[in-house]
Amino acid sequence: MFTVGNWRKTLEAICIPIAALLFSLVLFGVFCFAAGANPFEVYGAIYQAAFGSWSSFQNSLIRAAPLMLTSLCTALPARLGLVIIGNEGALVIGGIAATIVGLSAINQAPATITQALMAIAGMFGGGIWIGIVGALRHYRGVNETISSLLMNYIAIALLNHLVGGPMRDPSSLNKPSSYAIPDLDRLGTIPFLPRVHYGLIYGIIACVIAYFLIQRTTFGFAARTAGGNIKAARIAGLPVGQLTLAICFLAGSCAGLAGMVEIAAVHGRANESLNANYGYSGILVAFVARNNPIAAGLIAILFGGILASGSILQRRLDLPDATVYVLQGLVFLVVLYSESLYGRFKIFKEPEPKMPVSSAVQGG
Amino acid sequence: MATEALGWWGVPLAIVAGTLRGSAPFLFVSLGECLTEKSGKINLGLEGNLLMGAMSAYAVAYLAQGTVGSAVSPWLGVLAAGLAGMLLAFIHAWLSQQPKVNDVAVGIAMIIFGSGLAFFLGKPFIQPSAPALPSIGLGDWSSIPQIQQTFRINLLFVLGIAIAPLMNWFFKATRWGLFVRAVGDNPEAALAMGISIKKVRMLCIMAGGFLAGIGGAYLSLYYPGSWSERISSGQGLMAVALVIFARWNPIQCLWASMLFGGAQSIGPALQGVGIDTGYYLFNAAPYVLTLLIMILTCSPKRTISGAPGALGTLN
Repeated sequence: MFTVGNWRKTLEAICIPIAALLFSLVLFGVFCFAAGANPFEVYGAIYQAAFGSWSSFQNSLIRAAPLMLTSLCTALPARLGLVIIGNEGALVIGGIAATIVGLSAINQAPATITQALMAIAGMFGGGIWIGIVGALRHYRGVNETISSLLMNYIAIALLNHLVGGPMRDPSSLNKPSSYAIPDLDRLGTIPFLPRVHYGLIYGIIACVIAYFLIQRTTFGFAARTAGGNIKAARIAGLPVGQLTLAICFLAGSCAGLAGMVEIAAVHGRANESLNANYGYSGILVAFVARNNPIAAGLIAILFGGILASGSILQRRLDLPDATVYVLQGLVFLVVLYSESLYGRFKIFKEPEPKMPVSSAVQGG
Repeated sequence: MATEALGWWGVPLAIVAGTLRGSAPFLFVSLGECLTEKSGKINLGLEGNLLMGAMSAYAVAYLAQGTVGSAVSPWLGVLAAGLAGMLLAFIHAWLSQQPKVNDVAVGIAMIIFGSGLAFFLGKPFIQPSAPALPSIGLGDWSSIPQIQQTFRINLLFVLGIAIAPLMNWFFKATRWGLFVRAVGDNPEAALAMGISIKKVRMLCIMAGGFLAGIGGAYLSLYYPGSWSERISSGQGLMAVALVIFARWNPIQCLWASMLFGGAQSIGPALQGVGIDTGYYLFNAAPYVLTLLIMILTCSPKRTISGAPGALGTLN
């Protein structure tokens, strides 16, 4: 990817998103000013809350973990040309599946095995969920964006139904919840980062694997080819249907794993807290990262920081907690606009090779 | 609810009531989406328009009631909601017509931006109560209060019902309707006719956003009738599916909206007679219905009949 030949393209792919992020920050500053807050104070608070100290940086990392995983749910299918936004639903289903396994394996297996089983269950649950979207796309031609969006709402309804009824712990009065997963089986924290749980490692590993899968394997090559031109891929004999199903399953299993991480490391039980919009923010991360899994990992940390600053903005500057969504929306819009800028700037273009006059005439 | 006194008969009655009261937002967003899609673009962000509309209608109706009185101020709110929806739609229209920009992605961004903006600006209006929109009692012939209650229809819903055939006539019989259909079906041909694709799409998307904003006003000023962050619960998102179901026909948008309004009220209606199990699952009914409709009507081999030709293509 980083060969000498296309370094200008690489530079373009780095500069434009960064410029877009900066510009959206300026727009957000204008918005804050119009809303009566000092933009520099707001930026200061966001920075403090996100990266200002070691402990706040760890807070950002905690939020980055599910974002890395949910962003892959959009980034992987995007290589096939599919716009999937069912991240939230796959996360919720993964969380439910992990909870069911975590509760049924009580006191029967060592913690590592229970955790592994929970992770597998989460991945399987989320994988099936987005796999359905892929199957509907392939066999019925149902628009994957809309069907995955609808599946989000169905998943949330299912979660509310389960924790309010069949899975409900009777002692959870105000907030219907499932029984708690035993402390022993919960994900611990990373030795050098005393506040960050192992979910971060899951996220990093998933991003790296996804990167290699897409960039370095024949499977990834086939997917990228099919994403480039689906008719040509069909003619070339690529199994487009199988690719669609496999990619959708993998994408969903990443988001499902995020659900498992949230259950096993943060909440300890299934309830409506699971539905914390990580899925929607994950879509944004994938867009900013231009569907590159490694870039998604880095952007996830940045957005984890923005999410972590939500409560501080509310407490210290008396801004509504929706301020963070306004920022996210602005970033999203500007990044989308920046798509139209690729190829427009001369600096990023390869200089035209100087052709001898005779060949230029012949070729012309 | 009316159901308690009537026992089991209350269930169909509650569903009818839910249909008559709950389908107006669906109607307005689906008409807005229909107009947008006829011009060849998709606006997935109408959820944001709905929320911004709900918030601005409530805020204006509340703030203006002192100066213009509580009979006029809700209507000012409706106007403000339309304008707010139009403003968001303008952003969508401008952005989605840039080269290489995907209109579906812009829609997702507009959902986040629009709802974030609505929650941000609407924070101070969660507590106070604004005057509601007036309604007319079609059931006043009956002496049973439940029936009177069931057949109360809001004026805004009546307006929506009137817009549906009007829009149908616009597409079928007017010069401008022809322009819209030409741009949506075959942009090259439209260009050859000398129509500005950008202008037509801009106007259609903005008018569609105006309608969706009014749908939001109905939510906050009539049913459920107060502003909160949970007010729209995905009704704007279903607009896209509704329009597919309605085959891009404004009259059928009306029937589809009533079907969705009815589906939405099944859960609360059953809860009214004491059936709580599966309440949340019944809440998912409109989404399941949408998905089923899409599965049944889509086909991998052909585009759906009635779909504008340029829909889903870049530019």
